[in-house]
Amino acid sequence: MQPQTRDMTRKTGFSMAMYDRRRFLSRLLMLLSWGAAATGMLVLLLILGTLVYRGVGGLNLAVFTENTPPPGSAGGIKNAIFGSVMMTLLGTALGTPIGILAGTYMAEYGRNTWLTTIVRFINDILLSAPSIVIGLFVYEVMVVTMGHFSAWAGGVALALLVLPVVVRTTEDMLLLVPDGLREAAAALGSPRWLVISKVCYRAAKAGMVTGVLLAIARVTGETAPLLFTALNNQFMSTDMNAPMANLPVVIFQFALSPYPEWQQLAWTAALLITMTVLVLNIGARALSTQNSKNN
Amino acid sequence: MNQVASVASRASAQSINASALRRHTLWDAALRIGTRAAAVTVLLLLAGVIVTLIEGSWLAFSTFGPGFLSTETWNPVKEEFGALAPIYGTVVTSIIAMAIGIPISLGIAIFLTELCPPSLKRSISTAIELLAGIPSIIYGIWGLFVLAPFLQAHVQPVVIGTFAGVPFLGALFAGPPYGIGVFTAGIILSIMVLPYITSVTRDVFETVPPVLKESAYGLGCTTWEVVTKVVLPFTRTGVIGGVMLGLGRALGETMAVTFVIGNAHRISGSILAPGTTISASIANEFTEAETALYSSSLIALGLLLFVITFIVLAIARFMLYRLKQKAG
Repeated sequence: MQPQTRDMTRKTGFSMAMYDRRRFLSRLLMLLSWGAAATGMLVLLLILGTLVYRGVGGLNLAVFTENTPPPGSAGGIKNAIFGSVMMTLLGTALGTPIGILAGTYMAEYGRNTWLTTIVRFINDILLSAPSIVIGLFVYEVMVVTMGHFSAWAGGVALALLVLPVVVRTTEDMLLLVPDGLREAAAALGSPRWLVISKVCYRAAKAGMVTGVLLAIARVTGETAPLLFTALNNQFMSTDMNAPMANLPVVIFQFALSPYPEWQQLAWTAALLITMTVLVLNIGARALSTQNSKNN
Repeated sequence: MNQVASVASRASAQSINASALRRHTLWDAALRIGTRAAAVTVLLLLAGVIVTLIEGSWLAFSTFGPGFLSTETWNPVKEEFGALAPIYGTVVTSIIAMAIGIPISLGIAIFLTELCPPSLKRSISTAIELLAGIPSIIYGIWGLFVLAPFLQAHVQPVVIGTFAGVPFLGALFAGPPYGIGVFTAGIILSIMVLPYITSVTRDVFETVPPVLKESAYGLGCTTWEVVTKVVLPFTRTGVIGGVMLGLGRALGETMAVTFVIGNAHRISGSILAPGTTISASIANEFTEAETALYSSSLIALGLLLFVITFIVLAIARFMLYRLKQKAG
C-alpha cells in the first residue's frame, strides 16, 4: 500500500499530505465565514435586545400624552413624536414628487442621454453622501436667510434625503416594465403621458411604493440634518415656522444627559424609532417580494 | 333630417378630437418638461451644496490659508482653527472600520453564496440588511451604553496589558481604558458598514457563472480555493466598488461616532484615546459656534468631508458601473 501511494505521488505530483493541508485550510476559513455570519446576526440581536430591554420599561401612556419634561422629572415625548411625524411628512411630500418625476425622465424620456447618465451618477453619490452636509446646506440656505431655526427647514433637509432614494427606485422600477406594454399602449393611440401614467406607473406601482417606504424609513431616524435646521423645542409646537421637537434630536440630547428620567425617555424613544423603521423596512420588502411573485 | 344629424355629429366629433388632441399635446409637453426639470433639479442640488459650502467656508480659508488643513490647534476662545485633528480622526476611524468590516463582510458574503443552506439564505440576508436600516443614532446610544462599558471592562485592559512594552503596538494601544475613543468609534463604524459591503459583494459573487465554479470544484479545488482563485478574481471590480461604498459611509457617519469618540480635538498616538472626526465636530459644535469665523471653520470642515466622500463614492460608483457594463 505504502509504496503504491509514494509511486502515485511521484507520477502525478499528487500528495495526500498536501491535500489534507488544503482541505484543512479551507475548512478553517469556511468555519470563519460561518463565524462572520453568526457575528452579524448576533450584533443585530444584541442591539435589538438592548433596545427592548432598556426601552420597554419606560413605555407607558404618559410617553404619548405628555411633553418632554424639564431635567429631573418624568414626562413623555408627545411633542417630539408629533414633530418627527410632521417633518417626515413634509420631507416625503416635497421629495417624492420631484423624485418620481426625475426618475420618470431617466427611464421614459431620456434613456441613454447624457443628462440621464450624469443625473444617475450624481444621484447615486447623493444617496450615500453624509447627511450632516445636507444639514449644513439647508442651514446656510434657509436658517440663515430666514433668521431662525424652523420645522420648514427640517422638512426640507429631510426632503433632500428622500429625493435620491425615490429617484433611484423609480428609475429602476420603470426600467423593469417591459417595452411591449408601452408599445401596445402606443399602438392603441395613447399619447405618451397616458402611456406613462396609466400603464408604466401602474405596472411599477408596488416597486415605487417600496421606494417611498424605504425613503421614509431612512429619514425617520436621521438626526444630523435636523440638529441645526429644526433644532429642538421643549414644548409642544405646531408652528412650522418655529423650532420643533423631534425624536432623533431628543434622543441625542437626553441620552447624553446625566438625568435618569431623560435617559429612560431616550431609550424608549430609541425603541419606538427602531421599531417604526424596521416595520417600514420589512413592509417594503414584503411588498416587493409579493410583487415579484405576481409577475 | 337624417343628414343634418349626421353632419352635426361629425362636426362635434371633430371638435372633440381637436380639443382632445390639444389637451394631450399640452399634457405631453407638461410631463416631458416637468420630468426634465426634476432631473435637472438633482444636478442643481449638488451644485447648490458645493457653492453654498464654498461660500460658507470662504472666511475660514481666507483667514487661515492652506495651513487650515495642517494645523492641529482648535481654540474657539482665541479663534484659531485647524482641521488636522478631525481629518486624522476621520481617517483613523475609517481605517479601523475597514480593517474589521471588510473581512467580516466578505466572510458573510462567502457564507451566503457558498455555504448557506438555501432555506436560511433569505432570512440571514434580510437580517444583515436590517442592520443598514437601524438609524445611526441607535448605534450611538448602543455604543455609548453597551459597547463602550464592555470594551472598557473586558477588552481594553487586556489589549493594553498584552501590548505594553512591545514597540509601536505598545504606543498604539497605550493609556487608560477610557471605553469611549477612536477605537470604539471604529468598531461601531465597522458594524455600520457591514451591511453595505456585504450586500454589494454578495450580489457580485452571485454573478459568477456556476460553470466556472463547478469546473474548479471538478478539478479538485477546495471551497477556499474556489473563492480566492475563481470568485474573487472574477468579481474584483465589484468587491472594490462595494468596499469603497462602505468607506464612503464610514467617512461621513455622524451620530454614532459623536456618541462614542469622546470629542477631543487632539491627535493622540494611542487609538484607545478620545479623538474627534470631521462630522462629529460639526454635529457637536455647530449650534454653539457664536462667531462667524468659528462657524465658517466648521463649514470648511463640512466642505472637506463632502469633497473626500464625493471622491470615494465616485470611485465606488465608477467601479460598479464598469462591472454592470461588463455583465450587461
